[in-house]
Amino acid sequence: MSTEARKPPPQIALKLRRALGGKAGWNGVAVQLAFAAILGWIAFEIISNARTNLANQHIAAGFGFLRNNAGFDVNQSLIPYTGSDTFLRVFVVGLLNTLVVSVVGIVFATVIGFIIALCRLSPNWLLSRVGEIYVEVIRNLPLLFQLLFWYLAVLAALPNPRQSISLLGIAFISNRGLVIPSPIGESGFAPFLAVLTFGIVASLALRIYARRALYQYGHMIRIWPYVLGLLFGLPLVTTLIFGLPFTFELPQLKGFNFAGGSRIIPEFVALAVALSTYTAAFIAEIVRAGILSVHKGQMEAGSSLGLSRGATLRLIVVPQAMRVIVPPLTNQYLNLTKNSSLAVGIGYPDLVSVFAGTSLSQTGQAIEIIAMTMAVYLLISLLTSAVMSVYGWRINRSLGA
Amino acid sequence: MKRVTLVLTLALAAGLSASAAHAQTLKTIKDRGMLSCGVSQGLPGFSSPDDKGNWTGLDVDLCRAVAAAIFNDATKVKYVPTSAKDRFTALQSGEIDLLSRNTTWTISRDTSLGANFAGVNYYDGQGFMVKKSLKVNSALELNSASVCVQTGTTTEQNLADYFKANNMKYEVIAFATNDETVKAYESGRCDVFTTDQSGLYANRLKLANPNDHMVLPEIISKEPLGPMVRHGDDQWFDIVKWTLFAMVTAEELGVTSKNVEEKAKSDNPELKRVLGSDGNFGEQLGLTKDWVVRIVKLVGNYGEVFDRNVGAGSPLGIARGLNGLWNKGGLQYAPPIR
Repeated sequence: MSTEARKPPPQIALKLRRALGGKAGWNGVAVQLAFAAILGWIAFEIISNARTNLANQHIAAGFGFLRNNAGFDVNQSLIPYTGSDTFLRVFVVGLLNTLVVSVVGIVFATVIGFIIALCRLSPNWLLSRVGEIYVEVIRNLPLLFQLLFWYLAVLAALPNPRQSISLLGIAFISNRGLVIPSPIGESGFAPFLAVLTFGIVASLALRIYARRALYQYGHMIRIWPYVLGLLFGLPLVTTLIFGLPFTFELPQLKGFNFAGGSRIIPEFVALAVALSTYTAAFIAEIVRAGILSVHKGQMEAGSSLGLSRGATLRLIVVPQAMRVIVPPLTNQYLNLTKNSSLAVGIGYPDLVSVFAGTSLSQTGQAIEIIAMTMAVYLLISLLTSAVMSVYGWRINRSLGA
Repeated sequence: MKRVTLVLTLALAAGLSASAAHAQTLKTIKDRGMLSCGVSQGLPGFSSPDDKGNWTGLDVDLCRAVAAAIFNDATKVKYVPTSAKDRFTALQSGEIDLLSRNTTWTISRDTSLGANFAGVNYYDGQGFMVKKSLKVNSALELNSASVCVQTGTTTEQNLADYFKANNMKYEVIAFATNDETVKAYESGRCDVFTTDQSGLYANRLKLANPNDHMVLPEIISKEPLGPMVRHGDDQWFDIVKWTLFAMVTAEELGVTSKNVEEKAKSDNPELKRVLGSDGNFGEQLGLTKDWVVRIVKLVGNYGEVFDRNVGAGSPLGIARGLNGLWNKGGLQYAPPIR
């Protein structure tokens, strides 16, 4: 047997790391630049090649189509839109519809999720079973199926507009949605708005002042009578001086449908309900895990101070649990936003439906439209995560202090 | 998901292939041994599968006729159901060789999609269907109605034009597939269902009580429906175009699936040219001399196909009307085979 010294193991990983500028600091920058250049060149080749091929096949390319007339109508639009507007406007309409259903979904999902989690953790046997059944049933059924259930089984069973369910004669529920009176601005609107804004700002300032007084000097200042006066008293006074800020336009049955008033379409309701109940099941589990992660000594300490169970949760347990809750909660918010594209299945005019769907087939420009849609979802998701990261960072900071 | 895959295929095909060589469609089909034909997701009379999964319909018979001309076997077709939204992407990406799916010929589709229309196999127009209980007799009485429509169609745009031109308000609810649209109409979400008139009759058969619904008399648009092929392969374009013309010519000459063998032996010079005992038109197309015989024997002439699928011999019972032969008051006219 030879007794030569063993060769040192080849340090490929280390060399590679140095080459990429890892431990060696600036040495590897050149390699990184070259790598980026190659990537850029490949991307450029792909794009220019695609352009040539599309041109050869006489498939329209480029983003010029965004200025063309769309020529179709959309059921729900937050900004004024008619069929003679451009595809760019369709894009914005679809984007806003996606955002509004996502935001509404996120708010309700969070509220329902917290309530279900507290039910599951409740010492009350019935409440905790109800929470458990909710979670197990909802999270184990496919979302599209639930969406169709709400849309085709629940909302479609509502009566037609001529037999609609009247709520005190001012709001109506039918299979065309919920119609409510819409406010119309009157002469007193501007002062009313100004006073209300002032009231809100002043109340917030008062609150900050009161908190500081409490934390720094231990003074308990009772601010609610002032807040009440600012938020309700002042607007009331301006109303008496300048007249009513707005009146309500009542919906009326005309022909096939209601005229006047604002309408919430059933597609929106079905989508918002399905998204928020579904996501709430996951959020409930996340919140429960977060609360359970706080040592039970905290709960006991709260009780020994004489705090009620609710107050202990609110003041002691939940703030500590949030540290664990926020990251997975962000995931759920992102899921909800992306799942809103299931709107296609029930005819809600979200971004995927009106832009990546209708506009795509009207123009045939699949690559541009799909790229834009993907970029938008990416942007929404990154923004959501950024906001949640900041929130999480603030919680950590306040707990660490 | 399917949609994303399609777009990805298209992006890759466009981005990575050195040159978009689609000039070989016929050869590709022969090598594959199968024609890949894009059809609808189920529209009775035009393209719909039966309970055994066999596709039938006017558009399906065009796929079968092309397969018959190539392979002398009308069953060598792979049917790819496409939604109104996905159909053009499927054609562009090369997933299908031929789109035969009640698609309206318009200038923008002809010029900007990288595809060509190879003719018109059904002249249609857009109409409205309502419940009889609404007591509406004209489309002009539809102010403030809710209208269900399939998204990504010319129908959607005509609808916007029509209501705007007549100063009427409406609410549009657009669905991705035909079945979803019909379901929403039936559930009462909309007062009106609109699509091509043939489609209204076809979809009415799907409703629980077809007699509770009526098609309004107005026709608000021209909808020439026809097959589409990709741009850039003229031979393939010619084959599809002349397959359709051959079916129309056969009807004009009285050649049917029953008598075609007998007519092929005839001394009539026109029949000899068309049925291949004189001249080599089929070979010029890249097919065989007896291409018309194959089409008519295995699928039938245009009149037979029409009757069997949408006409008197079908549950739809649509009259020939505009789709009659040119010498019988219709618009179906084929250039001469000579």
